[in-house]
Amino acid sequence: MSQEVWVVAETVRGEVMEITYTMLAAGRGLADKLGGSLTAVLLGHNAEGLAGTLGVADGVTYVDHAALAEFTPDAYQRTIAGLVKGAAPRVVLLGHSSMGMDVACGIGIGLGSPLIASCQTLDVQAGKPHYVSLTCGGKVLAEGELPEPSCLVTMVPGGYKPKDGRKEGAPKVTKVAPPTALDDLKVKLKGYIEPETGDVDITGESILASVGRGIGQRDNLKLAEELAAALGGAVSASRPVVDQGWLPTSRLVGKSGKSVKPRLYLALGISGAPEHAEGMRDAECVIAINTDEKAPIFDIAQYGATVDVVKLLPVLTEKIKQAKGS
Amino acid sequence: MNIVVPVKFVPDLVEELEIDKSGVALDRTYMRLIPSEQDEHALEQALLLKERYGGTVTVVTLDTGDVDEALFTAIAKGADHVVKVLGDGFAEGINNHAASSVLQAALKDIAFDLILTGTQATDDLDGSTGPLLAARLGLPFVGYVTGVEQEDGKIVARKEYPGGLVAEMEVALPAVLGIQAAEKPPRYVVTSLVMEAMKTAKIEEVEAGQAEGGGAAEVARMYLPESSERAEMIEGNVDHVADALVTVFRDRGLLA
Amino acid sequence: MPIEPMLVVAAFLASLGLFGLRVYRRFEHMRLGQPAGPFTHWWQRIKAFLVFVFGQRRLFRFPTPGVAHFFIFWGFLLLLPTIAQAIIEGVFPGFVLPFLGTFGPLALVQDLIAVAVAVAVLYGLYLRLIAKPERYRGSHQTEGVLVLIFILTIMVSLLVMNGLTRNRGESAIQPAYWQPVSSFVGSVLAGLSQGTQDIIGKVAYWVHLGVVLLFLTMLPGGKHFHVVTSMFNVLLRDVEPPGRLPPAPQFDGQAGVKNVEQFTWLQMLNWYSCSECGRCQEVCPAYASGLPLSPKLLIMSLRAHLFERGTALRAAGSGGASGNPSAQAVLDRQLTGDVIADEVLWACTTCYACDQECPLFIEHIPPIVDMRRYLLTQGRADPMLMSALANLRRYGNSFGQSDRKRAMWTADMTPPIKDIRREPAHTLWFVGDYASYSPTLTAITQATARVFQKAGIDFGLLYDAERNAGNDIRRVGEEGLFELLAMKNKAALAGCEFQEIVTTDPHTYNTLKNEYASNGTSNGSPTVPVLHYTEVLDRAIASGQLPIRRQLGYTVTYHDPCYLGRYNGVYDAPRRVLEAIGCRLAEMPRNRDRSLCCGAGGGRIWMDEAGIKERPSENRIREAAALDGVQYFVVACPKDVTMYRDAVKTAGQEDRIVVKDMIELVEEALG
Repeated sequence: MSQEVWVVAETVRGEVMEITYTMLAAGRGLADKLGGSLTAVLLGHNAEGLAGTLGVADGVTYVDHAALAEFTPDAYQRTIAGLVKGAAPRVVLLGHSSMGMDVACGIGIGLGSPLIASCQTLDVQAGKPHYVSLTCGGKVLAEGELPEPSCLVTMVPGGYKPKDGRKEGAPKVTKVAPPTALDDLKVKLKGYIEPETGDVDITGESILASVGRGIGQRDNLKLAEELAAALGGAVSASRPVVDQGWLPTSRLVGKSGKSVKPRLYLALGISGAPEHAEGMRDAECVIAINTDEKAPIFDIAQYGATVDVVKLLPVLTEKIKQAKGS
Repeated sequence: MNIVVPVKFVPDLVEELEIDKSGVALDRTYMRLIPSEQDEHALEQALLLKERYGGTVTVVTLDTGDVDEALFTAIAKGADHVVKVLGDGFAEGINNHAASSVLQAALKDIAFDLILTGTQATDDLDGSTGPLLAARLGLPFVGYVTGVEQEDGKIVARKEYPGGLVAEMEVALPAVLGIQAAEKPPRYVVTSLVMEAMKTAKIEEVEAGQAEGGGAAEVARMYLPESSERAEMIEGNVDHVADALVTVFRDRGLLA
Repeated sequence: MPIEPMLVVAAFLASLGLFGLRVYRRFEHMRLGQPAGPFTHWWQRIKAFLVFVFGQRRLFRFPTPGVAHFFIFWGFLLLLPTIAQAIIEGVFPGFVLPFLGTFGPLALVQDLIAVAVAVAVLYGLYLRLIAKPERYRGSHQTEGVLVLIFILTIMVSLLVMNGLTRNRGESAIQPAYWQPVSSFVGSVLAGLSQGTQDIIGKVAYWVHLGVVLLFLTMLPGGKHFHVVTSMFNVLLRDVEPPGRLPPAPQFDGQAGVKNVEQFTWLQMLNWYSCSECGRCQEVCPAYASGLPLSPKLLIMSLRAHLFERGTALRAAGSGGASGNPSAQAVLDRQLTGDVIADEVLWACTTCYACDQECPLFIEHIPPIVDMRRYLLTQGRADPMLMSALANLRRYGNSFGQSDRKRAMWTADMTPPIKDIRREPAHTLWFVGDYASYSPTLTAITQATARVFQKAGIDFGLLYDAERNAGNDIRRVGEEGLFELLAMKNKAALAGCEFQEIVTTDPHTYNTLKNEYASNGTSNGSPTVPVLHYTEVLDRAIASGQLPIRRQLGYTVTYHDPCYLGRYNGVYDAPRRVLEAIGCRLAEMPRNRDRSLCCGAGGGRIWMDEAGIKERPSENRIREAAALDGVQYFVVACPKDVTMYRDAVKTAGQEDRIVVKDMIELVEEALG
């Protein structure tokens, strides 16, 4: 039984996505303990240079084809499935992401390999690899052994620091031809739509007052804006607020939005579900206000309170102004 | 366009979740099951497409418990057919590999152009229904979709990436799309229309074939996370909390 | 000679004919409406007629205009014989009405009242032209001023005619002291030559007749139709308790009202009776807050739309609408959306101030709810509202919380509170969503439990079986959801043993009392008394069960909740309680049935506040803060606690006034 660990690298428009580094950090630890090698799988077109930061891996398998220039589910699924079939690695790590989730199930069904989703950490116990996955909005954890002889795992961020999975200097790059034909693709990329350039780039702010469902009314947003102004920061939001149209998507923090690392992240009425937590867990200081004491956000935050956000904000803003004024 | 919307029933996270005696699964005794939120979005998107381009919408779900009301609600919202798949052991919970094999069998006699389902459900541990079903049916799959349009017999799906980037994917039909969010929030339909659906509409029942369970990992232990790294909670009223926070800000040099 | 009588006859017949035709047209439109009735409680109706029509009672809620209208109304009635006299004597010169034309005391009253009417009219003109109160905004100003001038003209011309008749010695009223004013007018003109007086007399006559007949013709076309319709309107009004909404109309599976002909003919009669006085608009909290709802304009729009649509249907009817594009254009106008904007309908808090105020007993709230029902079926509502409804349907409460958490507030109560599903109790406490789930209200709910215990009340809760009682769900237009939740509540109630229901929430109180056909036990009576907690406290204090140990000595003001006060007439029990605990009550300027709604009712608490310029709750707090020496703003409704504590902060009045629920003061007074 092979003990090889594979990581499928995710790239968009010439940029390596951060989940790749999380996976490499996880994969490195696993490979070392299993005594196997860690291989990064990179797909693209004239994209060999992207292997430059994948130094944590022992080697990079690179497939070059025009049809792989940008991610499309059909082309990538066929290619990765073909590679996996040929080598039958012990574990293949994919991102629990827009890309990884499109292809993982198809690869698994095609090869008869089991799939474990939402995995946060991997380790080895008594020589056997184990997974710990999140489920039910982060409120429940499931763990067990990775099925033998080969399986797929989609990983969520949070279990590893991406910087542990990133190393400059390309390892040995092995260029291979696409293992399966890439004609008659059922999904084609028509084009990209740029994200809305909002007035504010929240990734550049050092203080964020972030609003979630708990803010209640659209009118209450101005309370958050006043607080942000008093602190010299900006307002960001979780998905429910953006979905309602109360703030533009440029302010969205989370899986489908931006990842932020401010000095201070105020989570106001945000539950802290994994899709949001992904985007802000690396903030230096997280303070959470939520009336639900069981909200997962309190597991990420350094400080918390269960008072009503709408009642707290004006009082807090006033006190900050006084503290700054004096 | 004839659209099928498979709906998965999942634990309602509003309730307290508990692990059952076996230690490897959720306790389903008092669990409330509700349609997966993203599947509700998928249904809404299907109804929007029906309003835009015509066709029919069929909702399919496994008989995992009290599903009838949700099916009648779908009719009241505008779905044309609702199908309940009967089988043993659904109520105890089945994984998505098994569920997708059941759905594949159930869809044998249903003609469709497009399957819309949620990108994922909150209790997915072995992948999501959408891509699993697509793989079994040999159909293309695109997930994280937030907008769908029809152009010359093909579908153009808007797919979300991190950072707000959106890709437009052209998908040949028939296909499966994983809906992240519908173009509009799922509609609310008044109770009287649901009651009327209960009186006039019929839920088609289909017997499940054999469910293929393999493909999921075994769960050796399921547990609620001990909040080891839990926030330092500030007690007291709003005034007190605000004062404490100002102190934290000051200590961290954030009030300069 | 014969020309004049013929002219009079011709004018009279023409005007009567036109009047009749115009009334008939509107009557025809009313026939498009749905059936109304049955009409019962006739003795109650007749009494109300006497009080509100002859007694003009509601008019006096605006004192000076009320007095003015009282005289104009009675003047009109008492002077009717003189108009009949004028018309008949124009055809048969020298004619005198038997008895009514000769009875001295009547003539005296008529003389005096003519002056009163003239003064009243001058006051009216002052209001219209100089004072221009806000409540007239949107009313037909020209018609208003014109009719006032008409009435003044009729009075003056009558007195001139009488005076000149007296001068000629031809008056049928003798002696002259029965007509002091007419005599005076006569004396003023006595210096003129007979010829001149005759000419003046003729002019006065024709002006008098002309204006009367012109007014008659104009009557059905505008706000003065109320002169004819209002008495029927008052007589035929809905005599059910105000807190009971009429049954929901259904048209072939379509809920609510989509087209104007789906209203009842009685509702249409309401609209014809609208005099555009604007008193409803004046007291409407939505209007005051800057939202687009004016109850007056709503009724006027419905009236105008009924007329245009009725006319178009008639024009289209014979030939079909396709042959008549302008009629088709009118028929294409949608009642909701085109005639009345959605936002107007959603702005209403259902506080009943408008229906309470209207002197003509026009009902504003039922048509709003009827149209809301239709809007909901079309999904035309605030997403926040729909989200609240989805939560209510799934969880039975608007907070989206598990039904199992409903009674979490009882966790630390000692002794534990009875579960009335398991053991009988005298009083069933129906707690309500806000008191159960809102974290800021937990302390008050617990205090209520402690006070009940100290009063020795044998009470129990439904615990998890309780669901939202549905008052505001009904008023938002989700009739089906109301029925669903009511069914669950009734089933839970029927399985228990109790004699009465108490609640702290006036909305819950209203619907359990008035709209639950059964709210009792299955082996007891189908309905039991429903009490508000202030009534229970009042009873307990009066009987000595709840001993008050401290007299608090605070100066407080009290806010009458809409659904407790205006809707259900409970004003005195809370005041007695405050008195019993030693509080000095400084009444709000707008108190009792003039209390200003906090803005949360009618589902508004579940809706976006966009468009509000000044929240009614802040307006109310400012009103309270202006009262000298008042320390506490006392409320008796959980939503009021929430709304007003917020308002105190947003209005910046934290240092001036504190909001207290009555139970907090009562507990303090228990020592």
